[in-house]
Amino acid sequence: MEILVCTRRVPDTSENEIEMNGAGNDIERDDLVYSVNEADNYAVEEALEIVERTGGIVTVVTVGGEDDEEILRREMAMGAKNGVLLSDDAFSGADGKGIATILAAFVKKGHYDLILTGVQAEDGAAQVGGMLAAMLDYPFASLVNSIEVAPGKLKIAREIEGGNKEINEIDLPCVLSIQTGINEPRYVGMRGIRQVASVPIPTFGAVELGLNGNAGAAGAKVRRVDYFTAPEGKGAEMLEGSTEAIVDSLIELLKAKGGLN
Amino acid sequence: MAEAIQSPAQATFWFVQGRVLFWLINLLGSACFAYIVAKRLTPLMRGQRDMRFDRPLMRLGRLLKFWFGQWRHPRYLAAGIIHILLFSGFIVLVMHTFALLAMGTSGRHAAAAAAGGLYGAISDYAATVVFLCMIVAIVRRLLKPARYAVPAKYGKAHTADAIFLLALIAVLMAADSVFEASHAVAVRESLPVISLAWMLEGALAAAPLAVLSNLYLGAYLVHELSFFFLLCYRPFGIQFHVETSLFSVYFAKLDRGTVKPVRWGVPDGQLDQVQSFGVKTFEDFTWKHMLDFYSCADCGRCSDQCPANAVGRPLSPRFLTIKAREYAFEHYPVWGRAHNGHPSQPLIGGIYSEDEIWSCTTCGACEAECPLLIEYIDKIVDLRRGMVEDGQVPQSLQKPLKALESRGNPFGKMEKKKADWVKAKDFQQTCNVRILNGEHNTETLYFVDSITSYDDRIQAIGRATASILDRSGENFGILGAVEKDSGHDVRRFGEETLFMALREHNTEAIKASGVQRIVTSDPHAYNALKHDYKDVPPVEHISEVIARKVHAGDIQLKPLPDGKEGGRDVYTYHDPCYLGRHNGIYDAPREVLDAIPGLQRVEMPRSRDRSFCCGGGGLALFYEPKEDQRMGVKRVQMAAEAGANVIVTACPFCMVNMEDAIKVAGMEGKMTAIDLTELVEKQMR
Repeated sequence: MEILVCTRRVPDTSENEIEMNGAGNDIERDDLVYSVNEADNYAVEEALEIVERTGGIVTVVTVGGEDDEEILRREMAMGAKNGVLLSDDAFSGADGKGIATILAAFVKKGHYDLILTGVQAEDGAAQVGGMLAAMLDYPFASLVNSIEVAPGKLKIAREIEGGNKEINEIDLPCVLSIQTGINEPRYVGMRGIRQVASVPIPTFGAVELGLNGNAGAAGAKVRRVDYFTAPEGKGAEMLEGSTEAIVDSLIELLKAKGGLN
Repeated sequence: MAEAIQSPAQATFWFVQGRVLFWLINLLGSACFAYIVAKRLTPLMRGQRDMRFDRPLMRLGRLLKFWFGQWRHPRYLAAGIIHILLFSGFIVLVMHTFALLAMGTSGRHAAAAAAGGLYGAISDYAATVVFLCMIVAIVRRLLKPARYAVPAKYGKAHTADAIFLLALIAVLMAADSVFEASHAVAVRESLPVISLAWMLEGALAAAPLAVLSNLYLGAYLVHELSFFFLLCYRPFGIQFHVETSLFSVYFAKLDRGTVKPVRWGVPDGQLDQVQSFGVKTFEDFTWKHMLDFYSCADCGRCSDQCPANAVGRPLSPRFLTIKAREYAFEHYPVWGRAHNGHPSQPLIGGIYSEDEIWSCTTCGACEAECPLLIEYIDKIVDLRRGMVEDGQVPQSLQKPLKALESRGNPFGKMEKKKADWVKAKDFQQTCNVRILNGEHNTETLYFVDSITSYDDRIQAIGRATASILDRSGENFGILGAVEKDSGHDVRRFGEETLFMALREHNTEAIKASGVQRIVTSDPHAYNALKHDYKDVPPVEHISEVIARKVHAGDIQLKPLPDGKEGGRDVYTYHDPCYLGRHNGIYDAPREVLDAIPGLQRVEMPRSRDRSFCCGGGGLALFYEPKEDQRMGVKRVQMAAEAGANVIVTACPFCMVNMEDAIKVAGMEGKMTAIDLTELVEKQMR
């Protein structure tokens, strides 16, 4: 099976202190460290596990600039055979639909049986997977947390209320958005990354993908207007007294705020 | 005398002349033993290189101490004494046994064959001692101490086999004594009193010559057969150490605190060309590590001391070895081809599990205990290197490793905040810690390392250390934002490439700072800078610095105030593994404590090189083990049992683990933990 995984490079929330910049229209980007979007990493692991079971190859792709090559190499060190960078000045300022358009143009150049995305980017809105499927006219399933391969189709599961699983069948080719926790992604060490450091990563621009200027800012229908930080609340209220008294007042509070019926 | 009874060589056994029969037995027995040993050496030939031929005098010295001198045996007194007795017995009997073997083909009698009256007497006593030791050893296999038990998950106990082998040695000794006794009666010679042979001599005093002759020859034959049977059977089980221990001890690791290189003989710069890192299949072990597997006597002392085993983690060093030995026996059989001709299978998922290998804190308790100096940490690290390369790293460790790669510390904190601990308001007013940029002529670098720089609680240890250095007149500074994690536990968790990157960065930063010496308050950083780094100035742990200054009078300590409710606090010192066991610094911190007037100090039974690991430092802090109990909880309970209510330690990780453990054990208010630097800083005049 030939699998394409769409990935994205995001500021690593566990290794940064995210702060607003002075103008208040973006986060402070000096000193940030980036990593592959967590859910995308699970998607790559899932693709690798499928290929280990049934054969095939895994390709990882991202829309971005030169800096974004770093995550492609990391995923290649993990086991993805190919990495592809979709990069063009014309792509900058793309909204979700723009990203989906660029990815769709790339998908049409190849023959992928299965396309995976993470459930959402840590700085995104969980929209690209669905739009990509629509543009390709492929079936789509979101929040997938297990995949079984059958001839011409997949058995996929998503978690529903109460930790239960709902099992669906979906025809190939299709697009799936992968939930974190579907597997345990393997570790990528520094040595592995060094070993793929000189593997060439092909880059495709707007011309190669046959896109007109509408994928970038010009075609964006969603524009970021502002960031704001939530106003500070009153802080925590410490309940005091004996354990019984604390539990009683907690129940009262929960009832009062509608947390308990 | 010679006419009294026939010698074994002259006698006829079932129509075969003794001389011929014993030539045959000696030849066949030796050939058989040589063949088995050659087969046992096959995997060693396929193992990895290991440099063990250097420093012969030092090795010889250690051989005398640990092998010939049985140095570590008395640590377990009962078993130790029995072993020393039977080891001495065996050593005495070596010459006697060869003389006996030779006499079957030469025709001389025992008394003549032995080197002389005195040696003969000593041999008789030795045989008696060995015989009695065997009886005791067999009883101990039946009424076994807890550490001999084999949990079901690790396989079956080999009790029957052990007893069989012990009984055979007893038979060998008995045969020897019957042989000596029957000869002595026949020739009217008296044997040394109270020896086994002497008792038998008494019993046989009235026996007719024909009976004596038959006993004499029969005993010789039994001795001969059981000797060769034992010789050829030992390589199939735990008694192989009788032959291999000499080599295991001679080739044992000399440099404690170090970790073996990825591949011996491959310089760091050429590691990129190494196909595969670490141990993935059995053949990836070095020949010496394979020899260790053969040499293990299954005594169980390593696992008895292992903290991971004590808290129910899925790790027992003893079975790490035993499982590998069983693998070697199965896959390199005495009859047939290695692996049955199949390729070698991965060890992880085979005989070892991932959790088993990650459960080790590299505290070194097992290695400090093993009478045969068997190595464990290097094997664990090598297995981890293999897992890291194959991506088999638990999720709990992936985040800190990734953060170490991108931020240079396991917490993912920002580099520019590394020196924020010096900015605490009260502290900065009294002690201004300089950040070194190579311009000032600063003598000493305080290497802070990640946890002391970033952890809110542990920063206090950093401030106490800086304050002590400052107040005692040291010209020192820190690296600040350019200091990255020492990588000590990155290396010990198998991420060698990342470790080397951290080491390279820090080495350059240290050199650029122009300092002449390094001081650290973190034993893990201390061990890394001392043993893992090259070309950096000499490093000292802060406890050594304080001890020296206390002796010199540069640090004066005032008496302790009364503890709570007017009573005196009772202190105990917990030896951090990487200060104590791995570097032998036991006394400096104790001397400092004892220099505080009025400080009452007790020792926990498990102290110094038997210290019980707090739960581990570095990446071990992030690992989520499967365990019944925390190591730290066990440790604070030990402190309480010793009668202490204050645990003093000298390691930031011990502090984290101890304080957590005090809370988990519900001992808040009854037990406190304090770092040596914090205590000294408080008591400095």
